[in-house]
Amino acid sequence: MAEYWFIADGFEDKVRNFQNRKSEAEVNLEFAIPEKDFNSAGKGSSELKNLLKRLGVDSEILRRIAVASYEAEINVAAHSQGGTMYSAIYDDLIHVRFEDQGPGIADIEQAMVPGFSTANDLVRELGFGAGLGLPNIKKNSDAMHLVSESGSATFLEFIIYFA
Amino acid sequence: MTLSDIVALLEAEVLYPDADLDREVPCAFASDMISDILMCTKEPTLLLTGLTNNQVIRLSDMIDLTGIVFVRGKKPLPDVIDMAEERGLPIISTKYTLYRSSGLLFNAGLRSCKI
Repeated sequence: MAEYWFIADGFEDKVRNFQNRKSEAEVNLEFAIPEKDFNSAGKGSSELKNLLKRLGVDSEILRRIAVASYEAEINVAAHSQGGTMYSAIYDDLIHVRFEDQGPGIADIEQAMVPGFSTANDLVRELGFGAGLGLPNIKKNSDAMHLVSESGSATFLEFIIYFA
Repeated sequence: MTLSDIVALLEAEVLYPDADLDREVPCAFASDMISDILMCTKEPTLLLTGLTNNQVIRLSDMIDLTGIVFVRGKKPLPDVIDMAEERGLPIISTKYTLYRSSGLLFNAGLRSCKI
């Protein structure tokens, strides 16, 4: 399996602490993401943002979480055979995981290059396929981790701190 | 500049009755690609686009859009207009192209949004 890690400058210790954290999340959410369902794609991220707004998360951080989550949700809908989004909300951060049913990313390094896209015509007609999905997730996250290979499921997770 | 000013400059049609046209529009962004539009996370932004599917309205759940201008005479289907109305998101349609609409608004003093 190929793997890609991004941790924003200054967040290395925080992310390490999170990985060793024993406490449970305060809120856990789960959304199914059906394949090529562009009527409902994005609803999970909308609901997540509404919940975080009610919890009082700062508006610019809210937008970063929503954009990263939406891009990942669209990626699962557009490129996979369906998957699930799991959000874990802690008092200081959100950890969002996406797991799909394949068919995987052949070249992760290439997929991270802004402008590179494998989107088909249907997806492009809707305005997707700019080749900025993964770069936008990285840009808005404090940490991002992607695991995939051709013929396998893809796993993506990101962490964003509330302050 | 308010949305009413923008409706006048672009000779635009307001796509549902009682849309809030008094709101101030500080800046704008123009694109037909969703991931481009999602770069506007810094401030409330007017979007000019030729995309009319439901995902354009859903974008306003993620980032703060002050309104949407559909260019080249495009109009979304009624269920997409309903989605905008439910969210209180003003939407208008102009016959001008994306380039001309952007130029008219820029000349009138509407700046680009920060990305």
